[in-house]
Amino acid sequence: MSLRGFFDSLEPHFHKGGKYENWYALYEAVDTIFYTPGAVTKTASHVRDAVDLKRMMILVWMCTFPAVFAGLYNVGFQANSAMEVLGLTEAEGWRGAVISALAGYDATSAWDNILHGAMYWLPIYATTFIVGGFWEVLFAMKRGHEVNEGFFVTSILFSLILPPTVPLWQVALGISFGVVIGKEVFGGTGKNFLNPALTGRAFLFFAYPAQMSGDAIWTAVDGFSGATPLGLAAAGGIEGVLAANVTWMDAFLGSIQGSVGETSTLAIMIGGAVLLFARVAAWRIVAGVFLGMVATTLLFNAIGSETNPMFSVPFYWHLVMGGFAFGMFFMATDPVSGSMTDKGKWVFGALIGVMVVLIRVVNPAFPEGMMLAILFANLFAPLIDNFVVQANIKRRIARNVG
Amino acid sequence: MEQMISLAVKAIFVENMALAFFLGMCTFLAISKKVQTAFGLGVAVIVVLAITTPVNNLIFNLLLREGALAWAGYPEVDLSFLGYISYIGVIAAIVQILEMFLDKFVPALYNALGVFLPLITVNCAIMGAALFMVERDYTFGESVVYGTSAGIGWALAITALAGIREKLKYSDVPEGLRGLGITFITVGLMSLGFMSFSGVSL
Repeated sequence: MSLRGFFDSLEPHFHKGGKYENWYALYEAVDTIFYTPGAVTKTASHVRDAVDLKRMMILVWMCTFPAVFAGLYNVGFQANSAMEVLGLTEAEGWRGAVISALAGYDATSAWDNILHGAMYWLPIYATTFIVGGFWEVLFAMKRGHEVNEGFFVTSILFSLILPPTVPLWQVALGISFGVVIGKEVFGGTGKNFLNPALTGRAFLFFAYPAQMSGDAIWTAVDGFSGATPLGLAAAGGIEGVLAANVTWMDAFLGSIQGSVGETSTLAIMIGGAVLLFARVAAWRIVAGVFLGMVATTLLFNAIGSETNPMFSVPFYWHLVMGGFAFGMFFMATDPVSGSMTDKGKWVFGALIGVMVVLIRVVNPAFPEGMMLAILFANLFAPLIDNFVVQANIKRRIARNVG
Repeated sequence: MEQMISLAVKAIFVENMALAFFLGMCTFLAISKKVQTAFGLGVAVIVVLAITTPVNNLIFNLLLREGALAWAGYPEVDLSFLGYISYIGVIAAIVQILEMFLDKFVPALYNALGVFLPLITVNCAIMGAALFMVERDYTFGESVVYGTSAGIGWALAITALAGIREKLKYSDVPEGLRGLGITFITVGLMSLGFMSFSGVSL
């Protein structure tokens, strides 16, 4: 039996009056992964495009893969290097058993590193997907909307911005908050005003700062502590980063401490370039973020400060440190929570760029600012759009009168 | 000068009246359905705060504070227990005067502000600013800057909330949460966003 025939034979059970009527949302979700939905709009004004929301979201999902693999490699690389330093020969628990069976602990071997990294990231992703998917399907069934593919993107983005050592129950809590409070109470994808992945991350950040910040969480080995470049820069400026043997190239390629998917700027740029090329991500927002960041950094460089070493950090370092690149390409360009108008996108992006440098430099409480900067800009995105629209209306009225 | 700028930034963002202290919530939640009106209310709050905070500052420093009556020959008198009633009286009186003044001389603004102006008398953000001003011992100059920027921060917050709520008109909120419920959640999430400033010491 063909796949289509298989789905068609199942379909009647999920319709009204069928045996599994309540599970229709789930059936619909699986069916449309393989086939474009057959239903078309019956009334007038109908735009056809082969790229529907599902294909678009899956493209974003695939574009994160370079960052995923670079991140896995780096998590393993950091862990294996740290084990060498501490003189450990084996990881503990089930992870150790799996790694011993399939690979070793050699920090120079790509396979060993990726496998070691996967041992930490896969449980995080699985938890995110199962718990978040549970809420998603529950709301879809109870409220009668479809299971939305936005969740594919939310789940992978959420798992990539966590530190590798995060406890799994916190992952579950964070994604629950992000999906339910950040999105589903507003009615699901397209109706929320904050990025759900970032909402969940921010919730964890403020609720459990011990597992979300500091020096001991970025390397998946007990008892090893390594500061992120941003932490180093906050303490001693770029000299402090260089003193820890981290060069700009290291930060660009991604062999630095940091959240799973945020470290490799190069890998993120590859995925981001595909997104920009496919016009899924708005280039105006990306350009706005970058320009805002450069302008603010240059301003701070010019002002200078004797007590705060962050003032003198140049913009090409801001680009490769922390979550900046990841946020710029994957978070800020979220079509739902960002600005919709063309002019608004520039303003929205620039606001993020300015805010991220402000938080990093001026706020001693948080070394990283990308997450909060994007959430902050999300709050003002509807207002920015409102002003752009009002200005357009006024201009048109003036044109017609004259 | 630098000190004044950092005071202003602090009052607008770090210690935002609405989203960090949750002051002035009743009007904040009630009159934030449309950007236009929210903006009007915001301007009214800025005006009232910019006038009442310095006036209350003068009253506190020249009449109520311990030893303030030395010029009248009573250096040991401390009238600060009269603070609350004086501040709220001053606020009510000034709002009333302002209303009559605007009605007579700037009718356009008066009509734009409409019912919000008398409403502001009981807005806790106004009273809050007066009490913060006393507690932190601001000078007259500082109280002018503080009052104005606290108002700007509040206006910024309510305009942003109105923008979001206009967008949320297209949302599909579960029945039980419609109206105020979802607005409370929205304000909570907004204040999460504003936490990016918490910890900034200027």
